[in-house]
Amino acid sequence: MKKIFVSALLVLAMSACAFGAAFKIGGTGPLTGGAAIYGTAAMRGAQIAAEEINAMNIDVKFDLRYEDDTHDAEKAVNAYNALKDWGMQISLGSVTSKPAEATAAENFADRIFALTPSASSAAVTEGKDNVFQMCFVDPNQGTASAQYIGEKKLAKKVAVIWKNDDVYSKGVRDTFVENAGKHGLEIVSETAFADGNDTDFSVQLTDAKNKGAELVFLPMYYQPASLILAQAQAMGYAPKWFGIDGMDGILTMEGFDKSLAEGVMLLTPFNADAKDERTQKFVKKYQEKFGEIPNQFAADGYDCVYAYCQALAQSGATPDMSAEDLCGKMIEQFTTMTFNGVTGENVRWAKNGEVTKDPKGMVIKNGAYVGLD
Amino acid sequence: MTMRRLINLKRAEARKIYLTYAVVIIAYIVCQVMSSTKFLSSSMRGMLVPICAYMVMAVSLNLVVGILGELSLGHAGFMSVGAFSGVATAILLQGVIPFAPVRLAIAMIVAAIFAAFAGFVIGIPVLRLKGDYLAIVTLAFGEIIKSILNNFYMGIDSQGIQMSMLSDTTRLLPGGKLIIRGPMGISGIQKIATFPAGAILLIIALMIVFNLVNSRSGRAFMAIRDDRIAAESIGLDITKYKMMAFVMSAALAGAAGALFAMNYSTIVANKFDFNTSILILVFVVLGGQGNMLGGIIAAAVLTILPEKLRSFSEYRMLLYAIVLIVMMLATNNAEIKEFLSRLNPFRRKEED
Amino acid sequence: MTFLNFFISGISLGSIYAIIALGYTMVYGIAKMLNFAHGDVIMVGAYVCFYAVARYELNPFIGVVIAMIVCTLLGMIVERLAYKPLRQAPSLAVLITAIGMSYFLQNTALLLWSSNPKVFPSIVGRGSFKLFDGELSISHITALTIIACLVIMAVLTLFISKTKMGKAMRACSEDKGAAQLMGINVNATISMTFAIGSGLAAVAGALLCSAYPTLMPTTGSLPGIKAFTAAVFGGIGSIPGAFLGGLMLGVIEIFAKAYISSQLSDAVVFGVLIVVLLVKPAGLLGKMTQEKV
Repeated sequence: MKKIFVSALLVLAMSACAFGAAFKIGGTGPLTGGAAIYGTAAMRGAQIAAEEINAMNIDVKFDLRYEDDTHDAEKAVNAYNALKDWGMQISLGSVTSKPAEATAAENFADRIFALTPSASSAAVTEGKDNVFQMCFVDPNQGTASAQYIGEKKLAKKVAVIWKNDDVYSKGVRDTFVENAGKHGLEIVSETAFADGNDTDFSVQLTDAKNKGAELVFLPMYYQPASLILAQAQAMGYAPKWFGIDGMDGILTMEGFDKSLAEGVMLLTPFNADAKDERTQKFVKKYQEKFGEIPNQFAADGYDCVYAYCQALAQSGATPDMSAEDLCGKMIEQFTTMTFNGVTGENVRWAKNGEVTKDPKGMVIKNGAYVGLD
Repeated sequence: MTMRRLINLKRAEARKIYLTYAVVIIAYIVCQVMSSTKFLSSSMRGMLVPICAYMVMAVSLNLVVGILGELSLGHAGFMSVGAFSGVATAILLQGVIPFAPVRLAIAMIVAAIFAAFAGFVIGIPVLRLKGDYLAIVTLAFGEIIKSILNNFYMGIDSQGIQMSMLSDTTRLLPGGKLIIRGPMGISGIQKIATFPAGAILLIIALMIVFNLVNSRSGRAFMAIRDDRIAAESIGLDITKYKMMAFVMSAALAGAAGALFAMNYSTIVANKFDFNTSILILVFVVLGGQGNMLGGIIAAAVLTILPEKLRSFSEYRMLLYAIVLIVMMLATNNAEIKEFLSRLNPFRRKEED
Repeated sequence: MTFLNFFISGISLGSIYAIIALGYTMVYGIAKMLNFAHGDVIMVGAYVCFYAVARYELNPFIGVVIAMIVCTLLGMIVERLAYKPLRQAPSLAVLITAIGMSYFLQNTALLLWSSNPKVFPSIVGRGSFKLFDGELSISHITALTIIACLVIMAVLTLFISKTKMGKAMRACSEDKGAAQLMGINVNATISMTFAIGSGLAAVAGALLCSAYPTLMPTTGSLPGIKAFTAAVFGGIGSIPGAFLGGLMLGVIEIFAKAYISSQLSDAVVFGVLIVVLLVKPAGLLGKMTQEKV
């Protein structure tokens, strides 16, 4: 009993101290509804980073708050306003693309700096000097994938399956298709699916198979991708598979037969199996705390908070500054600094808010990622 | 029904209408004053326009569900048509009409026209059906509209407006601008929707609906709702009246959609899905079918409620569901209603 | 052969719609209520089955039985708490309450089982029957689903036409007031209908997730709406109609994807539904109710 009391006091004391001299940092993301996996992961990643930083002996402390936006632009603006009422000084934008576009416009109007962990559509940062991204922008992923497949001569005939009511999937697909020809790829089959019909992929797979596609490009999240892999195996179709960062997480699905993903290639900035110390520490903490292996969203959330920590420390900002003053300082820092995180080394940002980091080409071998080169 | 009661009913009806206008206007003034004196939180201020849009949606759906007595599960589809046509109009007019309120008004009118047209086209098959079959066909149309807009591309260049389906084959000339981009919807919308505009739209919607309901046509609607066969037997043209209510309702939903869309910098077709249709239906049912003021209040309460529940963090939407169920039980279960009315000291004596 | 393969894909998708639609249509036929929470009861059934099989390593069929028991109890509780108090209320009020219940179940599932998708272990393995030298293949789960549909259909039809309870159900469906006057306990009969419908949902959940093996708190909602469409397609309230409607919806969906456009397949499916309802306003096998003048 006494112990509980003491620890309760301690927590109180700690939060009081954090309250006095901490930067109020807020973000929105889907914590309920169909997209809750992404929002929850990003939030948890950010939470771990904030806890670690608050335990360090440095001047920068964070008071982190996440609000639910149910993957909806309207609710995201509501959540953003709730954070503003709370006194948010710097923002983590929104986790998913469309809500992030809506909140980024608010960020721009209110002069609150934003660094979104994972909202990757180009429209998020377009025309806004104070909105930055931690993840690759969608068009770059499409271009990079086409280039990678072409240069490594992985295939000539390519099929694309994309999700037609999803900004992310469509964004990557568009630039991939646009650039495929340049890298000597021939797109033989292009098929789509949408929210209401995302269970059966026999038509899409048959089309790819009949047209002789040697490689199937899957610009989508891992949940539908897992169904595609299973159904392709059932029909005896074994092309090369190529995914993007949304594919990360497929190996951590509970009950997933990892042999289905054998040989799947993907471009991802994060690899939970990486041997470097930073990643291992993060993965271990995440697993201890939440009982799951972190995916790319969690890693992006984690990196965002650390990037802020670095920028705030270097700029000499203090928590009593207004959001607008911080915004100016952050723009200055983010356009000049170099950051090392779990989603990449030597990460830099362009003036328009886009990130430059090297995508890691990965291939799944024996149920684990192995670097592709 | 004796003559005397009819007159009474009319007076009660008139009282209700004035009460509705009074509540709306007073609420508007209070919110406007609080908003300009910074008394209102950012969170509440940000919700004023969407609440107005939802209120207009509730009024408009009430015309179909409450007055006409037909269940529609695809009302968000009309909102969607209005949102896309309205925003596209506003973008096209950006250079022509610099004064935003006029642009907004024109955009809402265009949105209403497009939605009314959609309502007419959909109404032809829908209104031949009855009951739950009619409901499922409206659901189907809602999904079809969503699916089409998710595959629709529109842009403008020096040669005029270019459109395409399935993929972007508009081939815009240099300097052209792609406005509607399939599943990516419209981005970079100028946020010209304002709270006063929303309030004006709501008042106009109420005026249209009240006038319609208390006219010859309105009595025909209710006659059809209460007894279709009797109405037909006295020579009412059922299809004409049904179509009238349906098209009017679609037009109002379109205008509300344009207002809603221009409060955000981006809009996608998926926003206006089955869940949004259901949400609007919940406003109508919770407020009482045919009761405009009830629907308006329900729209405000159910939009604000999930925001006020934010302090419960992960239990927020669970609590929302529970509150919704409890509200439905409280307003519809005879025993609970009786119990609640006994608690109310001001309750009027039961009329015979 | 491609055509036949698509046809079989359509049948396997359709058989899933059919088995969900059976639950919808039964509750509608007797309680005259669109139970929009049905899809979420399916999701709960699938989760219970998942935990029984994947975590506690029980035999899949025992898992399904446990899921059936849990769902039946859940259905009865939901009915008692949320629907029964509204027996006298307008049907729209009950519809909205059912939607509230659907949100409630989804969010409870989110809190209990997290949003991370789980991969459902198939209850019959992932094999398939090969025909014509492997040109055609029918997966075991499709075969099982169709057999399950037929068995459930036969049992339900027998139950409704032969047993006392079934006759009471039909009486309630025809005329609640008259049924009550004949000494039928209408309340108990409707509760019983929900119990059976929810038990069926558990079976549907296990089959749905065996065929398309990812499980999330929102897994039930979209197939639920599709299945509801299927039930209307076949004539809501009609048990063979739900089966036929489900199969046809699945086949139309796959054909629309294959031969028209994979991007517009939903629009095509709903378009066909509208055309069918215009030609047969009560669905394929529905009864046209005579209006009382």
